[in-house]
Amino acid sequence: MNSKPRMVEVRQNVLKQNDVVARALREKFHAQGLFTISLVSSPGAGKTTFLEKTLTQLQPKHRVAALVGDLATENDAQRLARSQAPVKQINTGTLCHLEAAMVEKALEGWDLSTLDFLFIENVGNLVCPASYDLGEDLRVVLLSVTEGEDKPLKYPTIFNTADLAVITKMDMADAAEFDMMAATANIQAVRPGLRTLTVSAKTGQGMDEYLSFLSSQLIECHAP
Amino acid sequence: MHELSIAMSIVEMAQEESARRGGSRVSSVHLKLGALSGVVKEALVSAYELACEQTELEGSELKIEDIPVVVFCPRCQGERTIASIQWFCCPECHTPTGDVVRGKELEIVALEILT
Repeated sequence: MNSKPRMVEVRQNVLKQNDVVARALREKFHAQGLFTISLVSSPGAGKTTFLEKTLTQLQPKHRVAALVGDLATENDAQRLARSQAPVKQINTGTLCHLEAAMVEKALEGWDLSTLDFLFIENVGNLVCPASYDLGEDLRVVLLSVTEGEDKPLKYPTIFNTADLAVITKMDMADAAEFDMMAATANIQAVRPGLRTLTVSAKTGQGMDEYLSFLSSQLIECHAP
Repeated sequence: MHELSIAMSIVEMAQEESARRGGSRVSSVHLKLGALSGVVKEALVSAYELACEQTELEGSELKIEDIPVVVFCPRCQGERTIASIQWFCCPECHTPTGDVVRGKELEIVALEILT
């Protein structure tokens, strides 16, 4: 055995496999005229309630479906199914995030051409999902008013990869003494220009603006 | 903590590459790690040791090159390295900018192999 190591050049992205699957998914979604949105947040920020209301309110006009990732249980899928939209749970087991291959597998057998919007609710986690492209068109990061205004500074990477920030649970903003100016400034510090909306899924505040934003994105996605 | 699955991918890719180049052992892996990669360096280093156990990479070293975040400043019309990922703005003129040029890398650059 030669004892002197030999240096060989590699130049390979470690997440190449995920990126290849994500790119193929994105192309497939676009070919079917489907607009895909992923939701990321810390656990308990209100992703599932927000998504349930989104699915319910989009349905008169649009055809929607959702995938929901969790380490375990089917609880979220059961909650979302109340919206009457097709919903599938992805149990990640010990994995703290979704990967493109899990999305691909969960969609096996689905006729995507019958859909306008596909929502992918990631595992509640502000760290790991940042590294994985899922083939989505829009990544929405949620921040609830009870979490503290400095969340964007604590988790800059996920906010930096997002395309839209949604501040949730606005009905509790006063009780939580939420400082909107500080939250907005922190979001802008880690992702200048990031569009930020405020909602309360409970009272319906801000939902119209969010839904019309999604509709405008769908039209743009269909534009030649 | 997704560093373990990332470390396992690194080991797997290094094994494949080493086999392709006729290596019998890998003594080190050179990795570029961007500040915006979403990977925690310390966690990755410990996970790497675990992932290398009982493979031809056992005892190998993960040599990490930290890549800072470089943005394009629309005002200076140039690339600038930001000091903190908590503040995306040009370090010279303070214009906010989210136009990331570098810093998302998670890339195996090279291997040192023994044949």
